[in-house]
Amino acid sequence: MSGGDQTAAQAVPDPGVASRPRTGSVLTRLKHRLPLPRGLGQGMVSGIPLGWLLVFFLLPFGVVLKISLADTAIAMPPYTALLDWDGEAVATLQLNFGKYLFLLEDTLYLSAYAGSLKVAAVSTLFCLLIGYPMALFIARQPAERRPLWLALVILPFWTSLLLRVYAWIGLLQHNGVINNILINLGIIDQPLVMMQTDFAVYLGVVYTYLPFMVLPLYATLEKLDETLLEAAADLGSAPWKAFLTVTLPLSRPGMVAGSMLVFIPAVGEFVIPALMGGPDTLMIGRVLWDEFFNNRDWPMASAVAVVMMVVLVIPVMLLRNGQNKTAEHG
Amino acid sequence: MTQASLAQAADPRKPWTDPVAEPFVRIEAVTKRFLDFTAVDAVSLDIYRSELFCLLGGSGSGKSTLLRMLAGFESPTSGRIIIDGQDMTDVPPYERPINMMFQSYALFPHMSVEQNVAYGLKQDGVPKAEIARRVAEMLDLVKMGQFVRRKPHQLSGGQRQRVALARSLVKRPKLLLLDEPLGALDKKLREETQFELMKIQQALGITFIVVTHDQEEAMTLSSRMGVMNHGRIVQVGEPHDLYEFPGNRFVAEFIGSVNLFEGTLVEDEPDHVRIDSPDAGCTLFVNHGISSAPAQMVEVAIRPEKIRLSRQHPDQTDNVASGVIDEIAYMGNLSVFQIRLKTGKMIRVTRPNLDRYDEMPLQPKEPVFCSWGSASGVVLSA
Repeated sequence: MSGGDQTAAQAVPDPGVASRPRTGSVLTRLKHRLPLPRGLGQGMVSGIPLGWLLVFFLLPFGVVLKISLADTAIAMPPYTALLDWDGEAVATLQLNFGKYLFLLEDTLYLSAYAGSLKVAAVSTLFCLLIGYPMALFIARQPAERRPLWLALVILPFWTSLLLRVYAWIGLLQHNGVINNILINLGIIDQPLVMMQTDFAVYLGVVYTYLPFMVLPLYATLEKLDETLLEAAADLGSAPWKAFLTVTLPLSRPGMVAGSMLVFIPAVGEFVIPALMGGPDTLMIGRVLWDEFFNNRDWPMASAVAVVMMVVLVIPVMLLRNGQNKTAEHG
Repeated sequence: MTQASLAQAADPRKPWTDPVAEPFVRIEAVTKRFLDFTAVDAVSLDIYRSELFCLLGGSGSGKSTLLRMLAGFESPTSGRIIIDGQDMTDVPPYERPINMMFQSYALFPHMSVEQNVAYGLKQDGVPKAEIARRVAEMLDLVKMGQFVRRKPHQLSGGQRQRVALARSLVKRPKLLLLDEPLGALDKKLREETQFELMKIQQALGITFIVVTHDQEEAMTLSSRMGVMNHGRIVQVGEPHDLYEFPGNRFVAEFIGSVNLFEGTLVEDEPDHVRIDSPDAGCTLFVNHGISSAPAQMVEVAIRPEKIRLSRQHPDQTDNVASGVIDEIAYMGNLSVFQIRLKTGKMIRVTRPNLDRYDEMPLQPKEPVFCSWGSASGVVLSA
């Protein structure tokens, strides 16, 4: 009888079929056999980013700091060792602060730092002025249309920065698209000089970093409770006044976050000033490049990098401190 | 002179009873349509100076939309809104002499209590010294004087409610709109605040329009109330009138609970009607006349507290129904009886617990007679 055969087949375990569901749950079985210590999940949540910071930021920074305190040497690698072991008992530690002192003496470095800070600050301001209305516009769109606008903001990231910079060069250069159009329209006789100017650098930096301003601003503005604006109107504020007294102060966290995201990388920007800037565009990123690749002065390049870090970290920490205080006071 | 004497004849506390009194707020045939949905449907309403008017309705009844049109956040699709003789239909919210207390309070989170209350005065360019004085005065009135430096997130729900009230009152608006003003408070606090709100309203003499879905709140607060359903005002009147003389089934059921009996009109005189009700199993006698065709089907509404229960047949022939007690719910101050009439209909009767002990309390499954007076029932139009 077929019924009898079926029960018999079921009774005999087929090793291939029976083991299959068990292999899928190796992890579960492992968990049962090795009871994981409590709090491991928590530890991983904070441990992974901490480990990341240690391996990819603190260690490299330590290496850079070490190189900056060495002296230049014609060797492989091209700097002296800090710790000198005489082979028997004495280890001598030699710290060379000469590179840092030289940084202060030579006005080239100081004006390069000042130039970078200026370009970054002005670009941040323009990003804020252009990005704020964009973010506000997107935040006020109907919810279903916002993803489209955000996608348009992020779209430039889909091509490489270098390509986009070259596209700008094509637009701005002597016989580029813009000059050709203006001349053909008869608006100008001579081509405008746009490339290799500070203008081109600002344009490039603002264009590149604008999304970093728009996204955090949008995130804060989108969360803004609309009834607050109604309350302001109800209490006698015309729309522009309500914007100044309610929207603007409440979007401060977004403005701060966006400004930091633009300002910090803009200070160290190398590609845009190198490709679009003129010979007199002095920025610290270019100086660093020159020290490292042209002069092969690794300690000097490292010192430049360390000082740039300090210049950036101190204001950011002060700012965060101030923000925490306002957060505590509400 | 005749007008003055007429006005004197009417109760000065009830201007709506005075035929010549000028309404303070006139809502004239206001309609609001959103795409294909009509939120407010041809509403006309007059509200008088110093009234505390409640708009009562369920969610989606259009009460909030009507309030938002008064505030100016929505503009009517058609119709006009006139406040204190001025057409406000197209005036933007920031130019209306109206303030609103929002359901969520909408306090500015980046400003202290003091700055929140001062905000409206600052926008009007009131001198600093006067702002300080009026803000302090208003915060004292709502008993928030000691919290001036706090930020909204450091306050409890009740305290935020007070700040919101102070902020909406400090500009001395001609009209104050309150959207579910007590909705976010717990029951105990809500009852206390109700009376405070009434006191403040009487002290300042400002006209209040309150939107609420809570019929008890509306009954307690209002001088008059308007019941809304599906974007229309179903009935307007004093709380007492709406409760005792509901105009239709919706109002009768929305405000309080009610027993409804269907029946056929058998006697229709100017001073009384007699209705044969197979529903109740007796003849219903109501001591007011109605205008309707004979033999028409009508409904009679009787409130649970107006029905008497007795073991013996009461000394009347009309308005007596017999049944059996199905269930008794003891509520402390009163008991609620579910009674199954002989006709099979379930009715609800409440009885105050006047004495601590009842020698012979009514028990479930006990047969009883339910009776009521000729002035207790109300005949509802369809």
